[in-house]
Amino acid sequence: MVVIRDFAVQGAQMLIVLALAPLLTGFVRKVKARMLARQGPPLVQPYRELIRLMRKEVVLADNASWLFRVIPYMVFAGTWVAAALVPTFATGLIFSWSADLIAVTALLGSARFFVALAGMDIGTSFGGIGSSREAMIATLAEPAMIMVVFTLALLAGSTQLSELAGFMLSPAVGLRVSLALALIALIMVALAENGRIPVDNPATHLELTMVHEAMILEYSGRHLAMIEFAGSLKLLLYVSLIACVFAPWGLVSPRAGVLAFIGAAVAYLGKLAAGGFLLALFETGIAKMRVFRVPDFLGAALMVSLLGALLLFVSRSL
Amino acid sequence: MDGFQLDVAHLFAGGLVLLSFIMLYQDRLYALLNAFALQAVVLSLSVAWQAWIQGAPHLFISAAIALVFKAFIIPIALHRIIAELGIHREVETVAGLGPTMLFGIGLVALSMVVMLHVTAGGDPLAREDIAFALSVVLLGLLMMITRSNAVSQVVGFMSIENGLILAAAGAKGMPLVVEISVAFSVLVALIVIGVFLFRIRERFDTVDVGVFDRLQGQRR
Amino acid sequence: MTTLATLLLSVGALLAVAVLSLAAGRARHAGEIVYAACLALSAVGLVAALTHLIAAAAPAEIVLPLGLPWTGAHFRLDALSAFFLALVSLSSGAASLYAIGHGGEEPEPERVLPFYPIFLAGMNLVVLAGDAFTFLLSWEVMSLSSWALVMAHHREKENAHAGYVYLVMASFSALTLLLAFGFMAGADGAYAFDSMRAHMATASSTGLVLALALIGAGSKAGLAPLHVWLPLAHPAAPSHVSALMSGAMTKVAVYAFIRIVFDLIGPPSWWWGALVLAIGGITAALGVLYALMQHDLKRLLAYHTVENIGIIFIGLGLALAFQAYGIGAAAALALTAGLLHAFNHSVFKSLLFLGSGAVLSKTGARDMELLGGLIHRMPQTAFLFLVGCAAISALPPLNGFVSEWLTLQAILLSPQLPSWGLKLLAPAVGALLALSAALAAACFVKAYGVTFLGRSRTLAAESAHETDRFSLAAMSLLAAICFIAGIVPSLFIDALAPVARSLVGDRMPAQFGLAWLTIVPIAESRSSYNGMLVFLFVTASGCLAAWVIHRFASHAVRRAPAWDCGFPDPSPATQYTAASFSQPIRRVYGAYVFLAREQVDMPAPGELRPARIHVELRDLAWDWIYAPITRAVSYVADRLNPLQFRTIRQYLSFVFFALVALLTGLAVWS
Repeated sequence: MVVIRDFAVQGAQMLIVLALAPLLTGFVRKVKARMLARQGPPLVQPYRELIRLMRKEVVLADNASWLFRVIPYMVFAGTWVAAALVPTFATGLIFSWSADLIAVTALLGSARFFVALAGMDIGTSFGGIGSSREAMIATLAEPAMIMVVFTLALLAGSTQLSELAGFMLSPAVGLRVSLALALIALIMVALAENGRIPVDNPATHLELTMVHEAMILEYSGRHLAMIEFAGSLKLLLYVSLIACVFAPWGLVSPRAGVLAFIGAAVAYLGKLAAGGFLLALFETGIAKMRVFRVPDFLGAALMVSLLGALLLFVSRSL
Repeated sequence: MDGFQLDVAHLFAGGLVLLSFIMLYQDRLYALLNAFALQAVVLSLSVAWQAWIQGAPHLFISAAIALVFKAFIIPIALHRIIAELGIHREVETVAGLGPTMLFGIGLVALSMVVMLHVTAGGDPLAREDIAFALSVVLLGLLMMITRSNAVSQVVGFMSIENGLILAAAGAKGMPLVVEISVAFSVLVALIVIGVFLFRIRERFDTVDVGVFDRLQGQRR
Repeated sequence: MTTLATLLLSVGALLAVAVLSLAAGRARHAGEIVYAACLALSAVGLVAALTHLIAAAAPAEIVLPLGLPWTGAHFRLDALSAFFLALVSLSSGAASLYAIGHGGEEPEPERVLPFYPIFLAGMNLVVLAGDAFTFLLSWEVMSLSSWALVMAHHREKENAHAGYVYLVMASFSALTLLLAFGFMAGADGAYAFDSMRAHMATASSTGLVLALALIGAGSKAGLAPLHVWLPLAHPAAPSHVSALMSGAMTKVAVYAFIRIVFDLIGPPSWWWGALVLAIGGITAALGVLYALMQHDLKRLLAYHTVENIGIIFIGLGLALAFQAYGIGAAAALALTAGLLHAFNHSVFKSLLFLGSGAVLSKTGARDMELLGGLIHRMPQTAFLFLVGCAAISALPPLNGFVSEWLTLQAILLSPQLPSWGLKLLAPAVGALLALSAALAAACFVKAYGVTFLGRSRTLAAESAHETDRFSLAAMSLLAAICFIAGIVPSLFIDALAPVARSLVGDRMPAQFGLAWLTIVPIAESRSSYNGMLVFLFVTASGCLAAWVIHRFASHAVRRAPAWDCGFPDPSPATQYTAASFSQPIRRVYGAYVFLAREQVDMPAPGELRPARIHVELRDLAWDWIYAPITRAVSYVADRLNPLQFRTIRQYLSFVFFALVALLTGLAVWS
């Protein structure tokens, strides 16, 4: 009975993540539009777009390989599993011990690996631009993410996300400089990984400014729907991660009652809304950097996270 | 002095180090001035917090002086100097951004190791604060040597003084007279530098020190 | 018959095969028979080594009356030797299987066939050696036979240069190892490893031995800055030999280092760990950055070997550091991580080299800029190569991720170390490790994308066809091992437990009995990873998504020319090349790491000549270390040259004065 309940909670987490991802994207777009004094698309527009794309015919290039057709499913599956492993409303889920934060980062990295391969598959120069720029961004964003994981793991004594959330909820955490530095670095990495301003413009189709859009230029129909869905899931993952680690109030253990679950779900929705709002505010207030300033930006993120880890190593001895 | 107070003090001191890095990262003069003003605000908050937890009310005055002079008066003055000199262009850096930041991290590590070795057996709060203060001083010096624009070198010099004030505030008591004299000496230095900048500009039509080196016969 | 005796007999059989192949010469199926024999003997070696390792048997020793009269030849099989033997045998088996299909394509088979079994025998003997003389003799046999194999295609000038550099570096490494063993043997000249173990040495002499071992074994393994021969020599050899050199011979060098430093010279000092850790980190980052700049597929793989050796040495350095402070559990974790990465690397690097060999033999080109679109022409090779690329980029659920994860967990334990230097070094090395992992993924996106994906750039690539079934079988075997080692890593970690126990005195917690085949390196609350569950989850989610889509979404697919924003260009020359892919990364890192300089020669408007871009990369190790040493040696040689042209009277007076000097020395000293 308990096992069935645990499975049900884990399944609920997977479904909630899947259902909320396009809503978050729609919310961010709506808030950005409102800040620019526009009406903006309705909140459920991303759902409509996904359904529309599913119904359309796929147009494949003549020389697209089997890998090109399989990659959208692999990317979607990998991102979904990674998003389902980050605690949203409950910690200590039944499969949360199968992959820790490093494994989640690596799953996202493998999704990015395959999208970059898809960009190279057709053999156009657009795909090449996207893949090579994405590779450059990844070589700096991933180490910064790993250093953030280091900092958090050194503080909490574990790389498991449930343990991390539990540690952040406990009174032992305190206000630490390293945590502040880790938060700043994590936000910078999240911006880069999700292709948000100032690193990449998610709404553009100009080659000078594209990174992610250039890699998926040749995708259409249901394949494009999968990839867009995976993009929304990735955004949800990062917002959930920041919320789970730095604003963990409201997370319940899986043994709690139904009422506690509902409360935790409401708290999670609130965190998503707050995160989406802040993201929209930040994106509206700042301009996109030119591509060769992005290494400076991410290099700064790497330095900040390295500084956070260094300070932790040093202050341990006091 | 319980854990929460320690943590907040460390947070402010760490914020100062982070702001030094942010100043190193900037390549526009106005943004550099804004970062410097923010550093002065955080410094005054830090000194005020020290005043609160040490129960030393004269430090509140130091905090107020830091806030008024270094967060408002000096940035506004430098703003006007820049506008009159017409040099609101990019700040030229000598070394690339990457190696500068890496070297900055190395300096922070060095100052931590040095300070924690030298002050072994002291109060943990003071030790870590002094280590952070030395980092801010070293990073200010790094900024001075990696910039070729005289105004940004002045800002670097100011941030060195911020680090010194942080160290003095954390060391449990600093007589007010020292603080006033330090503040006035900085103000005087600024006025002198401002005057000199105008004279240099009149003579050479530029304040880029690279030009001065070439005029002297050296090449960078 | 004991395991050790079996192994020695199979080595003897390998030498016999070598002699027979000399006699067979250019007989029709000589190549296939020789390689099949090597395959069989490697399988025997693998089974024997695995039984010894898994049974955690006690060390066995045999003394044969060969070699020096008063020492004999000691052979010893313990857990460490068994592990490395299994590794070497697996690689050599796969390479031999591959060569059964490809060996007949050699233009001059008599330059390759006799030396290949000798090479295998040499590697096995190094791992089995129980005294310094046998060790060094086998080391030299290994070096010389691989040199002969590198020179197999000697008609190309760059291969001759590669062979020369390789010979110089191999002699150098043998010399430093000889010195190291000399120091360890002490004044009584006890060459057997047992007596070296018992010999108590001073701290300064053990430090010197560590430095010599690091230089000697490190130059063979490919540590920076002694790695310069590796990217020249590994690509020059035939493909199956390249796979062995990168996959197995570098691991034999790692074995030499572990044997000397962990086993023979006693307890470590704290700075040993720091030194090895720092060198490992720098090697990892440098290796992958150089790999990113290459467009020759085999040279890219060779530089990548340098990076992975760096990662192995990061694990070994951490193990040394933990052991110096007596933190046994963490030392076991770090050592297991390093050894597991050595095994994983030998598997996927062999797979990648065999794949590039298949590409080379079917298209005649090693240069990525001449390939492209091979996924359509060589589908199975492309799939297996993709598995290798994913494994080497540390993507879950394959095996590269497991060893990298374990290394990161070991670095996370390093705040326990009391030394300041190590405390600051560990997060820096962690950042370097993460950086090299991300750069490796970028490197293999480039390698796979330019070679196999896209459109064919030349006729050779367009007209390629699939490789033969022996090569495919060898590559499939290695790919399957990559997959299994990623899904069920607990088996491999438990197999390494006797090795860790014999070297650092402690072992990781037993992994195999844990629920659902998870691995828990330190404690349940601290971290855990389950490769199989991750794989099942991802597969299930993918299948569920595919089912939902095929139930509810449209099935229509239409083929059309590529969209390319409305301006598709029919020429395959307009797609991204290897150099263009790596240009952003070169721009970010290149100015500092290899002094990259770019010159663009733009014609004025109206001129008809093409624009040219000229990129210059320098290997700083060559400029700062090797070139000055070469110049100094040439200078001294020139100065000493007149000695060749003396008269007989002058030579006699040299002999006379040398004798007088030695007698004087004897008189003064005694």
